Amino acid sequence: MTVRVGVVVFPGSNCDADTAWALARAGAEPVELWHEHADLGGVAAVVLPGGFAYGDSLRAGAIARFSPVMRAVAGYAADGGLVLGICNGFQVLAEAGLLPGALLRNRSLRFVCRDVTITATRADTPFTHRVPDGRALRMPVAHGEGCYYADEATLDALERDGRVLFRYADDAGSPARVEDRANPNGSLRAIAGVLNAAGNVAGLMPHPERAADALLGSDDGMLLLRSLVESAAARARGGAEGGAPTASGAGT
Amino acid sequence: MSAEIVASRFRFAVNILPKDGILDPQGRAVEQSLPHLGLAGIGEVRVGRRVELAVDAPDAAAARALVEELARELLCNPMIEQFAIEPLGAISAARSGSGG
Repeated sequence: MTVRVGVVVFPGSNCDADTAWALARAGAEPVELWHEHADLGGVAAVVLPGGFAYGDSLRAGAIARFSPVMRAVAGYAADGGLVLGICNGFQVLAEAGLLPGALLRNRSLRFVCRDVTITATRADTPFTHRVPDGRALRMPVAHGEGCYYADEATLDALERDGRVLFRYADDAGSPARVEDRANPNGSLRAIAGVLNAAGNVAGLMPHPERAADALLGSDDGMLLLRSLVESAAARARGGAEGGAPTASGAGT
Repeated sequence: MSAEIVASRFRFAVNILPKDGILDPQGRAVEQSLPHLGLAGIGEVRVGRRVELAVDAPDAAAARALVEELARELLCNPMIEQFAIEPLGAISAARSGSGG
């Protein structure tokens, strides 16, 4: 049976259809989850897509956090459910406190929309197990508030615990410095995505669903979405395959 | 003559600024524009947000407590922002008497 993966739809979401399309390509049956419903309909994973939920009023993700669907997602995450936030979805998860840190206005003050290179720091998570070791991934970013921020102690702890999941990489594959063009928004420590402590909630600013077909430039995003769909399927079957990573598997 | 006050409406502003030490690219952009304006001696520019609102509550303390909760929970992200509440005065609604 095809595994059902939910895609949350907020007023202002604009990557929900692309995300559903890419999830279907990754082998899932996508299920739209309307923001006013507090019921996730028994899906095996939830994706919060990109866009401008509630018009990004106040701060990106600030209003979405209080929607009925997010109450359900918070409970789902607390029970170990797989949740992936992409771009605005990452901002929502950070505002909701389901992921650490905050996404600030890009250092350039410009909306940045172009391909970037990221690396996954570890491949033992439900979101990255399909990514070949050390493989640089090309996918687009499209955001105005993507500058990852957390205080120094939090950044140190995230690195120590292997919870920096994705980094912007320069041409040499090294983490892109704050002022490098390869770091599109000035994120601290080149952080493009993070993982929660339990390893079942992740968020990233780049768009894997926009890198889902080689004809359109890159299908590297499929490595992440296939990882998620396979992990969701394993969980739906009750298996441990692709399960939560352990802190001991920490990457750099 | 005695006006019975049933409720009062209290007006507030919540002034939100980036926390000290947090990157404020808007403030920096404003600073960098100053030479173009020929203005000297201005620095430490921080750009924030101001929210004005009115609260119906039995008294000023209760009204302020509500505003504090709203500011903490929604208007401000305490990880990156700080806020200050500014009272803007009250309007009392009277049921009888000479109230105004």
